[in-house]
Amino acid sequence: MTNHWNDFKNADVILIMGSNPASNHPVSFKWIQEAVDKRGAKIICVDPRFTQSAAKAHLYAPLRSGTDIAFLGGMIKYILDNKLYFADYVKNYTNASFLVNPDLKLPGENNGVFSGLVDGKYDKATWSYQKGPDDVIKKDPTLSNPNCVFQLLKKHYSRYTPDVVSRITGTPKDKLLEVYKLYASTGKPNKAGVELYAMGWTQHTVGTQNIRTMCMIQLLLGNMGIAGGGVAAMRGESNVQGSTDHGLLFHIWPGYLSTPTGSLKDLATYNEKQTPKTTEKESLNWWKNKPKYVASFLRSMYGTGMSLDEAYNTLPKIDDGANHSWLQIFDQMYKGKFTGFFAWGMNPACSGAHSNKVRQAMTKLDWMVNVNLFDNETGSFWRGPGMDPTKIKTEVFMLPCASSVEKEGSIANSGRLQQWRYKAIPFYGDSKPDGDIMSELFFKVKELYTKHGGPHAAAITKLTWPYGKHVGHEFVYEPRTVAAEINGYFLENKTVENPTKKGEFKEFKKGDLVPTFAWLQDDGSTSSGCWVYCGSVGEKGILPMRRGQADPTGLGLYSEWAWSWPVNRRIIYNGASVDLQGKPWDPSRAVITWDAKEEKWKGDVPDGAGNPGKGRPPFIMKPDGVASLYGPGLADGPFPEHYEPLECPVEKNLLSPQKNNPAIKRFDKKGVGSDMDVYSGVGTCDPRFPFICATYRVSEHWQTGVLTRWCPWLAEMQPGMFVEMSEELAKMRGIKTGDKCTVSSARGETVCTAIVTPRFKPFNIDGNEIHEVGIPWHFGWITTKDRKYNAKDKKAEVFTTGDAANLLTPTIGDANTMIPESKAFMVNVVKGVK
Amino acid sequence: MNVSRRGFLKISGAVAAVSGLGINLTPITAYAKELKIKNAKETTTVCPYCSVGCSIIVAVQDGKVINTEGDPDSPINRGALCSKGGSIYQMAVNENRLGKPLYRAANATEWKEVEWEWAIEEIAKKVKNSRDKSFKATNDKGELVNRTEGIASVGSAAMDLEECYTYQKFLRGLGLVYIEHQARI
Repeated sequence: MTNHWNDFKNADVILIMGSNPASNHPVSFKWIQEAVDKRGAKIICVDPRFTQSAAKAHLYAPLRSGTDIAFLGGMIKYILDNKLYFADYVKNYTNASFLVNPDLKLPGENNGVFSGLVDGKYDKATWSYQKGPDDVIKKDPTLSNPNCVFQLLKKHYSRYTPDVVSRITGTPKDKLLEVYKLYASTGKPNKAGVELYAMGWTQHTVGTQNIRTMCMIQLLLGNMGIAGGGVAAMRGESNVQGSTDHGLLFHIWPGYLSTPTGSLKDLATYNEKQTPKTTEKESLNWWKNKPKYVASFLRSMYGTGMSLDEAYNTLPKIDDGANHSWLQIFDQMYKGKFTGFFAWGMNPACSGAHSNKVRQAMTKLDWMVNVNLFDNETGSFWRGPGMDPTKIKTEVFMLPCASSVEKEGSIANSGRLQQWRYKAIPFYGDSKPDGDIMSELFFKVKELYTKHGGPHAAAITKLTWPYGKHVGHEFVYEPRTVAAEINGYFLENKTVENPTKKGEFKEFKKGDLVPTFAWLQDDGSTSSGCWVYCGSVGEKGILPMRRGQADPTGLGLYSEWAWSWPVNRRIIYNGASVDLQGKPWDPSRAVITWDAKEEKWKGDVPDGAGNPGKGRPPFIMKPDGVASLYGPGLADGPFPEHYEPLECPVEKNLLSPQKNNPAIKRFDKKGVGSDMDVYSGVGTCDPRFPFICATYRVSEHWQTGVLTRWCPWLAEMQPGMFVEMSEELAKMRGIKTGDKCTVSSARGETVCTAIVTPRFKPFNIDGNEIHEVGIPWHFGWITTKDRKYNAKDKKAEVFTTGDAANLLTPTIGDANTMIPESKAFMVNVVKGVK
Repeated sequence: MNVSRRGFLKISGAVAAVSGLGINLTPITAYAKELKIKNAKETTTVCPYCSVGCSIIVAVQDGKVINTEGDPDSPINRGALCSKGGSIYQMAVNENRLGKPLYRAANATEWKEVEWEWAIEEIAKKVKNSRDKSFKATNDKGELVNRTEGIASVGSAAMDLEECYTYQKFLRGLGLVYIEHQARI
């Protein structure tokens, strides 16, 4: 999230699209409702289903799953045609004036794809900017040059007329225009609009571009960096922000530092190739500091026991262009690539797309470790539906971990707020905190390598691990020590110039905590486990423990409640909330205010603001200092373009001859996926699976239900797998609410209880009646009544019904992130159980 | 005078302080006296479910959770909780939790309870074996890659920040490159 939960109260218009906060982030609605009650704010909800959020909205518009870019592209056209954009903001704070290579071809003039497409991959040579002899990007401040970003944007979205958009999305034209008009009303300096999305936008083959389209709208309307504005990524787990920050992904180290590749042969090459450069004179280009963060991370891994170069060489590298993301892992596992597997605090047998493939993949392993609070479909996969345990070789260790109230430590919410939790009770049974378990395992592995050696043993034996103490065979992990290491230390006595005050020096002693990441060094004299968290622990202790109530701006920043990254800033990009002279666009909602007497900003921690009138562009994380209406960095195009989901109910893309995102990895192509990767409705409509399906959540369960299905109050409220469908579809299939139905896709089927509601309505897609159904993804066989129980098995106090929704979802991912397309795939629904 | 609700309860418990507030607290005092959390030790936690980050007060007596409720001092939830956050008590007090490490041998049809020490030792041996067999110092192009290709990991957004950092350290130390978790799905 660019802003934070409390900030919803400052908005004038709240667009809920790609999410359903009333059900899935219920307490956030407190602040949405406050905006309505106190400011007279308006809520817009755009969703295939009339959700609980829609029920609270002033304006609801239905749209077919997977057509968000068409919908939002139409909004861009509306904003531009009616000159509703915030002209000063667009001109000064975005790349609207940048001149693009005249050889660039847009999809409208190039059969639906951008120029440069070769074998499903873009050569981006024609996406570049025009540069002058001084290597500076050419610009046209009048925004009239036909090759400037602003004019290209106009040209690109001129095709997204309300008529075409309505035929694609199924949204009635009058509703489209109502949404456009209301949301575009926030393009004035004294109006703020915020967008709330979640997995409804990410889980598509165009997921990244869905979000980018909205970012572009927010930039056109001047809604980024301001109170009541921003783009709110509402995440699905309590610490998924934090686990991402800490690089538990193949492509990033902690703090969003790219994983090194083989061709980056040493640290100097990595720094040279990976550190963004700029020729824009006034741009701060914050990422120029990357070598400091890399060096500090390397130190956090191996301390001073290795040189920085050695540490860099010691850590694993991926091949150039390699992708080791989720769908790849299970594809490779199915093909026998791995002997060992950790499913730590996860339940992929239900959470992974195409769960049947995931479950089969696990039979190919020699061993697996599953760490969880309860028995689950992953740890027990070998005895699940259709499995014959006597034929499955996989050895499985299921390790019991302590719950969140049995240990201490911190988590980061969607607003980047790091909050501390305390231990309330002893561990349940023999369970242990995850930190203790991984430490004990580490020390045992280290012992084996110390005693017996092995390839590249130093990578393990030299890791620093000062995180607690050994007590007999056990290890007591100390989260407070780790929190300090993540913040970072000076590793030697050093005098450092104040990064914000030239000529002022500060002395640090070996072991001193680094005050903020601005003080981190690239020479190995500092460590920091994750630079964005540098500043979270200091002289005043562990700041995420803070409980201060002060709110001097009245905007709900609550800067003394816990701590948020970066540097306790609550609204990022807030340098864009003021004009070129440093005056807030909206003085009634000033996030930062310049105090001329004290010569400093007050309010939130300023972001990229510089001193007023000095001309620094505020988006300092972008090399050019301005935000990107034109984004040449993505895999699938510098502007978002509408493409149909891989499995879809229409014959063709009404906007172009290119049906699907051309840059996605196609597991259905020969030699790519596996025999289990089957699809329907890809080339042409498949009458066997005529209905669109999307997975979704209910308030009472969390994720696969791995915790909540075992809590009887929750299981009683939401006891099992259902399929929600329209009255029209139910009539067509002879189904009534409460009937048992079978929902099937090309990959699998699951038994569901029918819920017939007017919340789904058939769509009119270009004259055809198209139905969509929805299924929750919280269920699994382990807590059902009819499965086989062994003598020592735990039995849920309240049984649930049905198995995983992901048995139906396809192996196909977004072109940039490889997040699976679980929000638009094709199914059939029939009455009865086969 | 600004009094948070928690502070308010504490003050109302101490009768001498009542008159200072200038309002009649008698009914509140009587109510507070009967609360089951009267002798409980309270700590705060943050809800483990969605990403809003609601604070919860956990009341403990004799090592057992006897009550959980929304923390009114949190600016985020101001005491409110949803159905999941409101049921955190049942995650804390739940006899269906896994209490022992379990092991399933190849082709076995049942779990077997095992000791931690044994489980950790066995896993460590398997990690070493898989790593040693699949370790690649260089790739096909001859570039230095120092990676373990035969082990993959998924997890976890359900851990604390400190544990996430430590876990990535463990995995990267082992040389893993197949590292993923919930954020990708």
